[in-house]
Amino acid sequence: MILKHFARKYLREEVLPSTFCPGCGLGIIINCFLKAVEELGYSNLNDFIFCSGIGCTAWIPSPHFKADSIHTLHGRAVAVAFGVKMVRPEHHVVVFGGDGDIAGIGIGHLIHAAKRNLEIVVIMANNFTYAMTGGQLSPTTPFESLTLTSPYGNIEKPLDVVKVIDAAGASFAARWTTYHIIPLIRTIKTAIKKNGFSFIEVVSQCPTIYGRRAGFKSAYDMLKYFKEHSVPIEKAKNMSDEELKDKFVVGIFVDREKLGFTSLYKQVINKARVKL
Amino acid sequence: MNNVYFWEGNVACAEGALIAGCKFFAGYPITPQSEILDRLAFRMPEVGGIFLQMEDELAAINSVIGASWAGAKAMTATSGPGFSLMQEGIGYAIMTETPCVIVNVQRAGPSTGQATRCAQGDFMQARWGRHGDQMLIVLAPNSPQEMFDLTIDAFNLAEEYRTPVILLSDEFIAHMQERVEVPSKVNLISRRKLKDISEAPFGGSLIPPIASLGDDFNILVTGSTHDEYGYRKTADPIVHDRLVRRLMNKILLNADKIKRVEMQNLDNADIGIVSYGGTSRSVYEASDLANEKGIIIGHVRLKTLWPPPEKEIKALAERVKVIIVPEMSLGQLSLEVERIVEGKAEVILLSKIGGLPITPHEILSKIFEVLR
Amino acid sequence: MSELDKVFVDEKLCKGCGICINICPYHVFTVKDELKGIVTPIGQDKCTQCGICEIYCPDFAIAIVPKKGM
Repeated sequence: MILKHFARKYLREEVLPSTFCPGCGLGIIINCFLKAVEELGYSNLNDFIFCSGIGCTAWIPSPHFKADSIHTLHGRAVAVAFGVKMVRPEHHVVVFGGDGDIAGIGIGHLIHAAKRNLEIVVIMANNFTYAMTGGQLSPTTPFESLTLTSPYGNIEKPLDVVKVIDAAGASFAARWTTYHIIPLIRTIKTAIKKNGFSFIEVVSQCPTIYGRRAGFKSAYDMLKYFKEHSVPIEKAKNMSDEELKDKFVVGIFVDREKLGFTSLYKQVINKARVKL
Repeated sequence: MNNVYFWEGNVACAEGALIAGCKFFAGYPITPQSEILDRLAFRMPEVGGIFLQMEDELAAINSVIGASWAGAKAMTATSGPGFSLMQEGIGYAIMTETPCVIVNVQRAGPSTGQATRCAQGDFMQARWGRHGDQMLIVLAPNSPQEMFDLTIDAFNLAEEYRTPVILLSDEFIAHMQERVEVPSKVNLISRRKLKDISEAPFGGSLIPPIASLGDDFNILVTGSTHDEYGYRKTADPIVHDRLVRRLMNKILLNADKIKRVEMQNLDNADIGIVSYGGTSRSVYEASDLANEKGIIIGHVRLKTLWPPPEKEIKALAERVKVIIVPEMSLGQLSLEVERIVEGKAEVILLSKIGGLPITPHEILSKIFEVLR
Repeated sequence: MSELDKVFVDEKLCKGCGICINICPYHVFTVKDELKGIVTPIGQDKCTQCGICEIYCPDFAIAIVPKKGM
């Protein structure tokens, strides 16, 4: 008997091994997502539709997931997901994207979907760089970090995307790293069940492009770094900016109950029909 | 019994979309198309459809693509600058064979230009506005009635040929108020749905059947070069060649079925005119005025701009020595007419920009000038 | 492959990143092929079937026999 990894029942065998580099955090994100799906009792992905843009993370669902998926333009996955969710409100619509795709070129759509509280899940893998194009500066690249397009050090402070989602008024926002597999699985389960916009940032290792340039020796080195530099949100509240300078604040940042966009839109249809 | 209304072009377009079965509209306010947006905001929920005002035109076209793939007939409407913003999305829709309708009410550019004024400067952009080899269908109405009729036509062609269709209107037609007859029965075409994944949703036939997201065929939709089952094959020259040629051919080989064209007085014409949209209305009157002076204008009025009705334009060139092309641009349609007639007739551009219409008298004086 | 085995590595999928070697608290894994870096379990008896390697393996190459009663 050959025992197979649990995730393989949700994956297209013909595309394995994946195109991701050895040690890439995206495989861990796939595992956490599919473990959450399994624990929620789904034996296949028929209740899900996946949208993604351009970049390494966008390749998570397309072509790996044995599911309906749409691999869209750079930055537009959330906009496409809007159309999909409105027409198929009974499906779980999940967007996978990297920091460049979601928080760079696509941040306008992200903020507005969060503001409308559209009932979709957005999982942003944050590897601090545009990995597919060789490692350029991204909106989340740490201050003073060296990239291809910040060869003298990054002079921009990274964007805290979770805070942006909070300000936009979404139902749910969280941040974990690929080290935090157990809380990440639990958080993904909550996000899938949530009737509102759910955003999860997963700090993820890119050992080939970002890690190598930043001086990490292996994928595990990066996981260890994530572990040692993570601070739970409760603890971070009592820490200064200086103390938090090179830390990842992790945990559930936003969890509020409010009506989602498709529910609100149903009310619009009801109002229009009463008038007739 | 047909119902009769007194509608402006934009309203007729919105109502045509509803009759065509459009259940998803996403747009962004921009002059001079905003009345389409306003009308559908009010009307779409009445039919249980979805109306969304998006954060920008990029969101509008991309949510239309998402809605179409989720199974709905979907449309967006815009003008000039918004049309430029949508081009990347339209290219994606061509590559993924997404049925959808994009209305562009032309205004004067470049850039913000004359926001409230009419122009016909997007003729080439509608055809060539995106990177890469491609083809799509562009229709041009010349009355509120045609804003209604051709919107329905646009949905039918989009579904039949699995392609985005552009309705290229202009400010004159969009804001013109006229009688519009709404027929009690309209012929509608629905998309041919995939029955089994072996039917290959991205190849296998010239126009493959489509599966929607949520139909559980595990479909892979991608704008990258893909094989007939949707798998990315971006480094395969044969797959790319086969895909892009098929996408071109499914339109080009059906050009005769796609073409809608109006021809007047070709047989005994003294001079020819090729026109479309708002400008063609002046040609009608110029034709009457010329008639009074004993001059017969052979007029080919294009309702399908792309692919262009080549046979009809060639037929005109066989009969006259000169073809005048009046257009509210510095020469775009005239270039295409020149290409098609291959020197068989002289093509003379009558161009006017600035937002004021080309008048029947301006067309007439051009004719006198040419015939003298 | 013994019936007592609790952990399997699919060598066709393993890319040898080494995460499992470092992450396993009981040092169940080691490098089998130095050139390719492919990993193999050497400590079947030490494996507690906790399953974290299955989640941390980015290449879906590790499979753990579920604990009895789970």
